[in-house]
Amino acid sequence: MIYFDKVSKVYSPTSIALEDVSFSVEPKEFVSIVGHSGAGKTTLLKMLLAEDKPTSGKVFFESINVHEASRDELPKIRRRIGSIFQDFRLLPTKTAYENIAFAMEAAGATDEDVENDVPQALELVGLVNKALHFPHELSGGEKQRVAIARAIVNHPEVILADEPTGNLDPINTKEIAELLKKINNLGTTVMLATHNHDVVNSLGRRVITLDKGKLARDDKKGRYII
Amino acid sequence: MRFMNVQLRRAIKEGIINFWRNGLVSVAATLVMVLALFVIGSLLFSNVLLTSALSRIEEEVDISVYFKKEAAEDEILSVKSALSQLPQVKAVTYVSEDEALERFKTRHTANALITQSLDELDDNPLQASLNIRAGDTGQYEVIARFLDSSAYSKLIDKINYFQNQVVIERLSGFLAAARAVGFGATLVFSLIAMLVVFNTIRLAIYTLRDEIAVKRLVGATSRHVRAPFVVEGALYGAISAVVSIIIFYPITMWLGPASVRFFGGPNLFDYYLSNFFEIFLILFVMGVLLGVISSSVATRRYLRV
Repeated sequence: MIYFDKVSKVYSPTSIALEDVSFSVEPKEFVSIVGHSGAGKTTLLKMLLAEDKPTSGKVFFESINVHEASRDELPKIRRRIGSIFQDFRLLPTKTAYENIAFAMEAAGATDEDVENDVPQALELVGLVNKALHFPHELSGGEKQRVAIARAIVNHPEVILADEPTGNLDPINTKEIAELLKKINNLGTTVMLATHNHDVVNSLGRRVITLDKGKLARDDKKGRYII
Repeated sequence: MRFMNVQLRRAIKEGIINFWRNGLVSVAATLVMVLALFVIGSLLFSNVLLTSALSRIEEEVDISVYFKKEAAEDEILSVKSALSQLPQVKAVTYVSEDEALERFKTRHTANALITQSLDELDDNPLQASLNIRAGDTGQYEVIARFLDSSAYSKLIDKINYFQNQVVIERLSGFLAAARAVGFGATLVFSLIAMLVVFNTIRLAIYTLRDEIAVKRLVGATSRHVRAPFVVEGALYGAISAVVSIIIFYPITMWLGPASVRFFGGPNLFDYYLSNFFEIFLILFVMGVLLGVISSSVATRRYLRV
């Protein structure tokens, strides 16, 4: 479903984010990508979203090389991938409801679908009563749950989560991890970049370990080992 | 088609909501736009004054052709009709010998010496003449040369253009220069005002560049991201046009009498009232266009995500 083919990203000769990384992800898999800060986790996810271009190598989403997608194709690919970021990246002038609705409108959903699906997504993340709150009125955990609702509302095939628990306390961290598991159980592929040992170890799923931009390990039922 | 309508409706709704929620940024951008439209409106009013003052000066200029005593009236009238056919000529009036005398007398009724000496004369000493007004002061020379070299020249005693040539040429140069300066100043100041607006809107959108990136990453197309900004830009323009046309009410009322005193009219306030919709339309179209173009250009660079 997702295939990284010898992907390298070199910012400068002394700053190599990724070096010759190759692996593939099957549908409905839950893959954790672990490594120290600067190991290249975020860069890897950015490559799949085409937020950043690789210096060499190719990234495929199904049969499409995302870096050769046209300006019309790229938004369509991105709608099939839901993204969650460490810093939430919510739109500050929109309420929780509007943030989620925006992703649906961007995908061309009808008003009826928006009115129907947004409350459902809010319910899944347990924030129905915060629908009309602006991001600055929400706690870190709540913001991340809004971001998750936004990521899943278009029923994407893949969820990319880049350090989603990086700014959260242990309780919220556990809740977010549970949510991601739930989403994966419903049939969505999840790629989780994190350096949180507890989360990775509690999942007991595939773990890809990056070290200084290189793929160091790929374990089917892995643990956080570095 | 229905999909397009939904998109348009959402863009307009989002643009209006963003305008409201961005509060200070919207107010700042609108204020700068008001300033720009005020400059453009002021240039409009100054041009009206300048044009009317210049054309009034221009109307003061004319030339007269004096005919020899032996020239018959029908000959003079045929010169008149020939002149009327020249494209450069705006108006020709015939002043007969008797009329000239009449005018001379009325002008000098108070002067006993002149009236007495006229009575002493048996003949009318004054000549018949044609008074010529050209469309443009620069064309008097052409007209004078036409008369001088035509078959009529033997009827003509003198053309006063050749006496006033230097003054007319200088005045004509001045008028052309004044118009060019007026046009140039309008162009330069409008351009400066537009650049200021463009940069303000660019700055406003710069503060929202992260939002644009997020919208792109959740799968919005460029058009979907840009549309609300364009609506916001149009709103800046529309609101600014309303504010500036209101500002011009007290200002033109205050300057109206002075405009008549210094420039000989028109009264700016009367001009404002009688051309209210035209002026508003100009400001509105300028404002909306400026807002729309600035917004779409400014968002472009942040849409590359």
